[in-house]
Amino acid sequence: MKAKTKRLLSLTSLMVIFAAGCAVIFYNLRGNLVFFYSPTELIEKENSISQKIRLGGMVKKNSVEKKMITENDIKIQKVTFKITDFKNEVIVSYKGILPDLFKEGQGVVVEGKLNDQKGFVALNVLAKHDENYMPPELKGLDLENGAN
Amino acid sequence: MITKLANPNSFQKLSDKIYFPCLNLSIFFLVISLYYSFFASPPDYLQGETVRIMYIHVPCAWLSLSTYSLMAVCSFISIVFKHTLADIISRACAPIGACFTLATLITGSIWGKPTWGTWWVWDARLTSELILLFIYVGHIFISNAYNDRRKGDKNAAILTLIGVINLPIIKWSVDWWNTLHQPASISKFSSPSIDQSMLVPLFLMLISFSLFFTTLLILRIKSEIMIRKIEIIEFNQN
Repeated sequence: MKAKTKRLLSLTSLMVIFAAGCAVIFYNLRGNLVFFYSPTELIEKENSISQKIRLGGMVKKNSVEKKMITENDIKIQKVTFKITDFKNEVIVSYKGILPDLFKEGQGVVVEGKLNDQKGFVALNVLAKHDENYMPPELKGLDLENGAN
Repeated sequence: MITKLANPNSFQKLSDKIYFPCLNLSIFFLVISLYYSFFASPPDYLQGETVRIMYIHVPCAWLSLSTYSLMAVCSFISIVFKHTLADIISRACAPIGACFTLATLITGSIWGKPTWGTWWVWDARLTSELILLFIYVGHIFISNAYNDRRKGDKNAAILTLIGVINLPIIKWSVDWWNTLHQPASISKFSSPSIDQSMLVPLFLMLISFSLFFTTLLILRIKSEIMIRKIEIIEFNQN
């Protein structure tokens, strides 16, 4: 066998083995590589009280309630809303300023802890942007076929 | 024809011919696409004017991946067929790719603050893109770490081929795992989830960035060939 063919074969087989090994590792790590859990996953997990986790999904329509409360003589905005994945939903409470893109019907990721009443206390709220880009005039038009 | 092109001397002759057309075309397209992305395209319905960061961010991200793919092909050729031009191209690519990756990370971060509400999160897409930057930097260091350039080239090629595993991870991280980063808008060409008025500046930007990349690459390959020629002359003199 020529040295060139030998190198070609050994390098190709090494790369295939390496790729297969990585695939196995990532397949088994898939539960740990998610950035957030969906409400369904959170409810199935159950045991995660007191552990800091992230929860993501859609902000349920007409579920956002805002009120001002006074805590240590400082006025803070308290927000409660429901995060849904259209199968299950979790009630989230948050004190602080929301990102600009936080809207009902939009994606959101919250960071915080579950409390004992199956509610979620968020310490941090991140707005999730989806892959749809369009000018403002087209917004209404695209909502009918933009579901996919 | 490929064997003829692969000869550094004939490659240099060809590159002399296409260097200036490439440079002029990239400036021409850059002017047009900058006009389109800043003035002739609408703001987004949700993000507003922040959407214009995308016209820099997305082409940079695409090029950071395609530069790496080119480097990977060259590294493979370099190890199997021991071709000098493949080493030269790899070496020329690495700093350009590193800059595109850095630009992707920086523009993404600037976009992330107003949109997501954070500069940085450790989700799969962002982390794997950061690892790509580290691989590029590692490539630059390893290829320059030895007195003998060929040894540096060989070890850098091995690093590049190991790092190839990162490419599919970056590309499909948004589909495989929950990430804060949104999935690709142009995964399906028939119905992209991005409006046409925004698609035009994006594609123009992609064309001009690719031309700019080609210009830089030719320039770096030319200087790399010259450096090697000088080294040979110096070696023969001693």
